[in-house]
Amino acid sequence: MLKDITIGQFFPGNSLIHRLDSRFKIIMDIAYVVMLFTASNYLGLIAVGLFMILLYIMSGVGLRLVLKSLRPIMPLIAITCILNLFFIRGSGEPLLNIGGVIMIYPEGITTSIFMAVRIMFLIIGMSLLTYTTSPIELTDAIERLLSPLKKLHFPVHELAMMMTIALRFIPTLIEETDKIMSAQKARGANLDTGGLIKKAKALIPVMIPLFVSAFKRANELALAMECRCYRGGEGRTRMKQLHSGLKDYIALAVMAVFFAELILLNIYIPYLGIPYMVP
Amino acid sequence: MSVIELKNVTYKYSAGTPFEAVAVNNVSLTVEKGEFCGIIGHTGSGKSTLIQHLNGLVKPTFGEVYIDGENIWSKDVDIREVRFKAGLVFQYSEHQLFEETVYKDISYGPKNMGLSEEEIDTRVRAAAESMGISEELLERSPFDLSGGQKRRVALAGIIAMEPEILILDEPAAGLDPIGRESVLSRISEYHKKYGTTILLVSHSMEDIVRFAEKVLVMNKGEVFCHSPTDEVFARQDEIIKIGLDVPQITRVIMKLRQKGIDLGSDIYTVERAKERILEYMAKGRIC
Repeated sequence: MLKDITIGQFFPGNSLIHRLDSRFKIIMDIAYVVMLFTASNYLGLIAVGLFMILLYIMSGVGLRLVLKSLRPIMPLIAITCILNLFFIRGSGEPLLNIGGVIMIYPEGITTSIFMAVRIMFLIIGMSLLTYTTSPIELTDAIERLLSPLKKLHFPVHELAMMMTIALRFIPTLIEETDKIMSAQKARGANLDTGGLIKKAKALIPVMIPLFVSAFKRANELALAMECRCYRGGEGRTRMKQLHSGLKDYIALAVMAVFFAELILLNIYIPYLGIPYMVP
Repeated sequence: MSVIELKNVTYKYSAGTPFEAVAVNNVSLTVEKGEFCGIIGHTGSGKSTLIQHLNGLVKPTFGEVYIDGENIWSKDVDIREVRFKAGLVFQYSEHQLFEETVYKDISYGPKNMGLSEEEIDTRVRAAAESMGISEELLERSPFDLSGGQKRRVALAGIIAMEPEILILDEPAAGLDPIGRESVLSRISEYHKKYGTTILLVSHSMEDIVRFAEKVLVMNKGEVFCHSPTDEVFARQDEIIKIGLDVPQITRVIMKLRQKGIDLGSDIYTVERAKERILEYMAKGRIC
């Protein structure tokens, strides 16, 4: 049920990946995404994939979780595959031609596989960041990385605080939704069957109590923060300071070398059977 | 006739993941029709999970659940019918209120049963009355009521379905003494009036011994015992050993026994303690 959602979930551990400075992890995660999109042939894609697998092995996050995180995006992958399969026009003869409307070219097949693998690698790779970094560390890092924007009067601290609170309350609200759903089911609510409108209507008895309690919680939290004299980011110190060390710079260097290699790979082996792509 | 029967029920949370945990371990038990059974156990002893098996909210990993002699997970049973038969009131049940008026909220369950308008109306009014909700409250918004009133409205919402079995998870938790008393005594009255089978989960020994005829003690997912109240409290040493409390008065009597004044081991209400102490004094053994 709802409890089985793994995307954005943190799994505590003590691996090297877990211990890296979260600021560096975010930068490397962004670099990973750029890298993935620079890889324009299968060789590059495989290289990125191997790199990712290596990182997962180092982090000790299980294979089962990886597969679980993919489940929600399966429809997206399927749609991308189908679009690429039917709309890519190749140079040679089509493999399948039904009345000149549906035409499948070999290029279409290779591109759709390429796209599917790329999206999967994207999700799996990005998940590693949230699997190995606690939400608090993550928002701290975002606050620090965005801090130059403070000069432009951008409310960086407030934004980070809102993210922290939102992340903190996701599991609480999921648990609460589960409870309210069970309570209404015990009163004979039928949440699973019926058409779209019927289903939406059946959710009212769940949504209203959920909103009521969410507002109540927000109110109580605001009051509790005020009682402890919360005054925003000005002059606020932290209990846990972020420390970057040698290991972080080494990790960044490894990433840079790998990136350079990938660019070389792109230059020397351009386009492995992929004429153009629908992203 | 037994109205509830569990056969070797085991339930595992998050089966097949690193978070797997056994919540209910090989539980077999029968509850007779019209029984008022108290369920006690430590936090995490599996009582909440156990009671959710009884109306099919939770499907056992192994084992079978029979309600009225019918296996609720066999194919030809509509699970919603089971839920109308075994009404479950959750902990902090006031969180489930959602309608504009108290009347509409109580009628949510009966409406889901597909009853006629008149039938719903009689049931709502009867349920409101047995929970002590006055006519004028019926047209108010449930969100304007006090905590104790909200709790009683939520209870009425289940009672209006007229279930054969009423299962209550900590119905008095978090209420002030007056609210507690009002909720518990109304449940007891309801039981006496309609003879409904009642399962009452509570942390408070005092509440259980006041109302329950039988007590089910859960420990680490297993049934420690399920017997008449007298027999359960005869084993008070064991109960304390598994980390549960006994009623305050039982503790006092135990201390007295240690000091050489034996008043008997079946004392768990103040009334009985008073009787015994007076008896004891009448025999002139206290100087």
